[in-house]
Amino acid sequence: MLAAPLAPAATFAQGWAAERYQVEDRKSGYLYLGDQTQALQDDDFLNHAFFAVERGAELWSAVDGAAGVSCASCHGDAAESMRGVTARLPRYDSERDGIINLELLINRERERKLKAEPYAYESEDLLALTAFLAFQSRGIPSEVEIGGAAAPFFEKGREHYFPRRGQLDLSCTQCHDERDGMMLRGDRMSQGQTNGFPFYRLSWHSMGSTHRMFAWCNNAMRAEPYAPASEEYLNLELYVAWRGRGLPIEAPAVRR
Amino acid sequence: MADGITRVAVPETAAKGEIIEIKALASHPMDNGFMFRDNGTRIPRWIIHRFEVDYNDELIFAADWHVAISANPYISFHTIATESGTINFRWFDDNGDIYTESAKITVV
Ligand code: HEC
Ligand code: HEC
Repeated sequence: MLAAPLAPAATFAQGWAAERYQVEDRKSGYLYLGDQTQALQDDDFLNHAFFAVERGAELWSAVDGAAGVSCASCHGDAAESMRGVTARLPRYDSERDGIINLELLINRERERKLKAEPYAYESEDLLALTAFLAFQSRGIPSEVEIGGAAAPFFEKGREHYFPRRGQLDLSCTQCHDERDGMMLRGDRMSQGQTNGFPFYRLSWHSMGSTHRMFAWCNNAMRAEPYAPASEEYLNLELYVAWRGRGLPIEAPAVRR
Repeated sequence: MADGITRVAVPETAAKGEIIEIKALASHPMDNGFMFRDNGTRIPRWIIHRFEVDYNDELIFAADWHVAISANPYISFHTIATESGTINFRWFDDNGDIYTESAKITVV
């Protein structure tokens, strides 16, 4: 950065009051950032993730695939049709008999409705369209369904979160609950919430999905990461989204 | 490069003689040439090395950039609103590509 203006103490991302980053004891990762990184997220002009949002907006209305249509052909203005969708994801999907998230929904729509190739997980285009759609839910509290058919998958996600794993014999909860607010090398440990995804991570110089973050954390525990879009990560994504229930969607966030 | 790669902010209107802030951001990896891929090969240097701004065809701001400027370089500077017209931005990168952007300003 050459000349990022510092955030005046009283302003917060999207003009939100400080309280909006916390619901009961659940805190957004935003609250653990330094002033300068907060300033990047606060200003949509500076927020690097908006390059992805803009690209996503182009993809939304670009005709692609054998059906000769775009997402916008059916859904129109995403600001209306997609408002709130991300806040209810991930969710149980009867066809998969498992959990589906925003990335997989987008790819299913591409294959079925556009008759186009699905995007590779973590590709620039999938991240861009995911960021564009998640952005349409900005400010809406995350509220995922964990009862009924989702219950067994939610349980599996919870079972991933608590056991120790990897060579360091660590669990998610040891870092993100027990060491909430402490330092891990240069990083201040947050609660590991997912309301800002997909985000722009400065240390990656790129956008990243929830599953890429999970894999990064698995590596930090010296545990073998699972594949993106694996059942393990989808179940975990549901559990972690529920952990942060009520936190407003902040996507696309900026993190260190 | 494709659209959406640069972004600028210029006030749409300003009073004559007013000091205005101009902001510009480019999406660029700014590879410094010192990094290696996992397979051991070097990532070649690829940066934006010069940035220029014209106000009604007169150069009002220029900067030479070097390695160690972070990805997606952002710059802001001030100028005086003298007359209505166009502000043109140019970013020059190592591959010989020039990215351009322009914005209109009305001075009243
Ligand atoms: C060794 C400690 C450690 C463990 C164990 C760990 N993480 Fe993390 N996690 C981090 C650090 C450090 C960060 C980056 C700073 C931050 O936001 O907390 C992070 C970030 C995250 C984020 C992004 C938070 C945000 O606001 O953007 C999520 C989500 C997350 N972790 C989930 C998990 C899950 C799920 C597990 C278990 C599979 C896990 N983490 C295990 C250290 C850990
Ligand atoms: C031919 C019309 C059509 C096209 C084209 C189309 N969709 Fe859909 N989409 C639908 C319909 C109808 C539904 C609801 C029923 C269903 O799931 O099929 C839906 C559902 C969705 C949902 C779930 C909404 C919710 O409330 O849970 C998302 C997300 C979505 N579409 C995204 C996209 C994206 C992204 C594209 C472009 C890649 C796209 N759609 C293209 C018709 C379409």
